[in-house]
This record gives sequence, structure tokens and C-alpha cells, in this order.
Amino acid sequence: MHIYLPIAEVSVNAFLLLGLGGIVGVLSGMFGVGGGFLMTPLLFFIGIPPAVAVATEANQIVASSFSGVLAHLKRKTVDFRMGGVLLVGGLIGAALGVQVFNYLKSLGQVDLLVTLCYVVFLGVIGALMFIESLRAIRRSKRPGARPVRKKHTWVHALPFKMKFRTSGLYLSVIPPVIVGILVGVLAAIMGVGGGFIMVPAMIYILGMPTKVVVGTSLFQIIFVTAFTTMLHATTNFTVDMMLAVLLLIGGVVGAQIGTRIGVTLKAEQLRIALAIMVLAVCGKLALDLLLMPSELYSLGAARGH
Amino acid sequence: MLRAALFLLLIASPVAAQEVIASLTQNRVSITANFDGSEITIFGAVKRDAPEGDEALGLVITVSGPNKPVLVRRKEKQVGIWINADAVEVDAAPSFYAVSTSGPLREVLSDIDDLRHRITIPRAIRSVGAPMGIADPESFTEALIRIRSKNDLYQHNEGAVVLEDATLFQTAVALPANLTEGDYKARIFLTNAGRVISQFDTTIDVRKVGLERFLFNLAHQRPFAYGLLSLFIAIAAGWAASAFFRYLTSRA
Repeated sequence: MHIYLPIAEVSVNAFLLLGLGGIVGVLSGMFGVGGGFLMTPLLFFIGIPPAVAVATEANQIVASSFSGVLAHLKRKTVDFRMGGVLLVGGLIGAALGVQVFNYLKSLGQVDLLVTLCYVVFLGVIGALMFIESLRAIRRSKRPGARPVRKKHTWVHALPFKMKFRTSGLYLSVIPPVIVGILVGVLAAIMGVGGGFIMVPAMIYILGMPTKVVVGTSLFQIIFVTAFTTMLHATTNFTVDMMLAVLLLIGGVVGAQIGTRIGVTLKAEQLRIALAIMVLAVCGKLALDLLLMPSELYSLGAARGH
Repeated sequence: MLRAALFLLLIASPVAAQEVIASLTQNRVSITANFDGSEITIFGAVKRDAPEGDEALGLVITVSGPNKPVLVRRKEKQVGIWINADAVEVDAAPSFYAVSTSGPLREVLSDIDDLRHRITIPRAIRSVGAPMGIADPESFTEALIRIRSKNDLYQHNEGAVVLEDATLFQTAVALPANLTEGDYKARIFLTNAGRVISQFDTTIDVRKVGLERFLFNLAHQRPFAYGLLSLFIAIAAGWAASAFFRYLTSRA
């Protein structure tokens, strides 16, 4: 069954969109990532104009994250205080990111920079996570080995300390705000929620327990992507509600299933699976840059006169 | 029914030398939510006041969508990666273009008249000079035609017009699903030995209707409300799915 999308002005198969939404929703619920880094390239691939894909994806992430957060709320695995602090940084970052994006656009080559951003960030984060989780799995297999104690680093020496009870942390607010800003900037440039950067940052920089990380990340993603959706809807008119509804029907159902799968997996397994996925997307994007494309030419809307 | 309409057309129009009269099965194409392309039949007749003589009649029919500028980019390998390098702006290219002829193109249409009336696809695209430093600007226009032809947006249907007894003609033009809104122009040229001797123009109104129209208007006229509505749907869907699954697990 084909559906004509009013804003994207293309006709696509409705079941394909429902299926894509579902698969990405499952991953979103499992790993606490919005799924944007997977969905946005997939939408490009099926022929949705990039501007519409990025804006609509933000709207869809709101739905799947909200659905995921509700599941985490029941299990009390959302650290609202930490989420709030991260969110403050995230909103500042998103606003900054939009400025950076517009500046890059005026220089041309914004597509290339976005792809390079993806390759570099996905590659570095994926590789780090993969190595770390492999070590963790090996440690847990060796009987008698003690888990490594959390070390005190520079992160713990900063002022403005705050108690984050759900995460069991007593930490300065500066690192989470900075993490929030950085993720916000990248999220706005790359057109994603930023969960795939946020989750590892929370685990490795802030030292939050993996159990709490997913819910908290989803919680702050809701607001950052809602903010992005409004920005796109009011400035570029590129949010396609028809596309969003089809994606999010699949997405919310998938997210519920994903969260349930997530509970049954061990933290290390979860992390290694996410790492493999991140590396796979990175590899695909890198190949696109390195191999000769079958069509050298591409069509785009003309620059404004 | 078609013949009855033709008959009416014949008796309604004033007398002239050789003239072409045409009509469409529909003057409106409505883009609804399940729009999956459409087919328009263009039919008509050649009207003559003198008896059939020594003539070589031909018909060329074009249907074109609204003209818009397009930026064509070309990738190039630089420092090991493929990036967009050169770009050429095509000043006006129709979003949709179909040419149908009653016979081999060069037999029914001379090059001069093709140029004069901008009939074939490359002629219908207007490109005023490329920026300095691009050696092969025509390859960009070729790429534009190649990409759009692949999506059925540009069609070249040689011999698709059926001409009966050098009088009645008919052809069908398939509009693909990826259609943009606007006034589509249909032009019917009657040619004799390659020269255009009569022309008939009409328009097809391609419009979004119903839900498509409503969403499009809302998005452009009240973007803030549209954004909020999008968010509301997202939140409601997220909540509904969560509530539904809770209900399922509580029963299990």
C-alpha cells in the first residue's frame, strides 16, 4: 500500500515505513538511543529528501523515547536530577548547534561535514565501547577476579557538587552540563537525538550505573528532540506528519518490545551489541565516502536567490 | 463516449485550414493520501476544410510540470574520499516532462521547430551558462535528464500517439506517484513534414486534496501549531503504546 507524503512529496510503501519504525524502535528501547543515527540514513536511502528526513526523524524520536521512558519509569531507572542537568546543557548545545549548522551551510559542503561527523564519532565511540565491553566480559568470566573499583579522577575534584541519589553519585554539575552541551551541538548538526554519544559519555565520563543510563538518556532526548522538531517545523517547514505517524506507530511498539529485551540482557552484552551496531553504521558511511558512487551527480534544490 | 466528445468538438469549433483540436479525460489530478500515480488520456482530431491532400501529418504531445531551478552537483575524489565538488545551477527544469509522438521523432518534427517550440526534453530545460572553470556543463544537464528519466519523471515516448486515418488521435500519459503540485501544461502540435502547422494548449490542475491539503496548508500557514500537533501526536502515541503493553503484561 502506497502513501503519498504531503511535505516530502514522494509516494512510499506504508508497510516499509512501519517496519523500519519497528526495527529502529526495538533498538531504541534496548539501548536507550533514539535510533536517529540509524533511521536518518535509512530514510535518505528510500528516497525521502534529507531536510524532511532529519526534521521528521526528530519528531519520531520524541515518540519512541517517550514510550521507552514510561517503561523505565515503572522500574525507577530514570535519574531525573541528572536528566535535568544534562538537559540544561543539551538545550544550550542544540541552540548553538543550529548556529554552527547554518554557518557550515553558508560555506557549502555541509553534507560532507555531517557524514564525516558520523564516521568519526561513530567510529571512535564504537571502538572504545567494543574494547571496553570485551574486557569487562573477560573479567566476569575469570572466577575470583574483583571488579575494578571506581577511581577518583579530575571529575570528582570540581566544585558545585550535587547528590544524584538514583545514580548513587556525588558529583559536580559541571561535567554533566558540558556533556549535555557537546551532545546538544552534535545532535543539532547530525540531526539525531544524540543517545549514542550520551550513553557512553554517561557511563565512562560520569561513571553512572548502566542500569540508570538508558532511562535517563531517553528522558533528556525527549526534550532535546522536541525542541529540534519545533525549530524545524517553524523555520524550514520540513516536518512531515504523515511520515512521522507511520514511523512512530512502528517505533513506539518496537520501543516497548526493545525495553523488555533489554532487561533480560547483561549490561556487558548490551554494550557490546550497541558497539557492534555503531561500528557497522560507521563502516557503511565510510565506504560511501571511499568507494566510487554509481551516480556521480545528484540533484538538489537551488540556492536561494 | 470518446467519439461522441470528438464529434462535439468538431462541430463546435470555427473553420480554419488544418487545425488540431484536443481534450483530456481529466483536467484535474487530485493527490490524495493513497495517490499512486495517474494516467491521463489526451485525444482529439485533425480538422481540415479542404479534402485530404498530399500531406505527411504527425503529432507531438508534451505534458510538463512547473518549472523550477535545480542545483546539479558532481562528486569528485579528493584526498581519498568522494565529495561534492562542482555544481551547476540549471535555471529552469520542469518537475515532470513527457513527450509523445506519432512516429519516429525526426520524421514528425524538424530540428528547427523543436528548437522554436522547446519540445524535446533537452530543449525544454533552460540552462544559461555554467560558472567559470567547468569544462563540461552539458554533462550536468545530461545527468539531470538521466536521473529524472530513471524516476519516470522525464519520458520520451516515440510512437505512442495513435493517429487513425490521419484524423483521430489518442495517447495516454502516465503520471508517476512522485508528483509535485502545480499547473501542468499539455501542448499538442500538429506537424506536416516536420513543420508545426497547428498547436493546441490546455492545462491539467494537479492539486493535493483532503488530508494532504490540510497538512500542507497547516505546516506552511501555522507552523507553530503544526509543530505542537506533531509533538502531541508523538507523545500520545508513545503513551498509548506503553499503556497497551502494560495492560498486556498485567493480564499475562
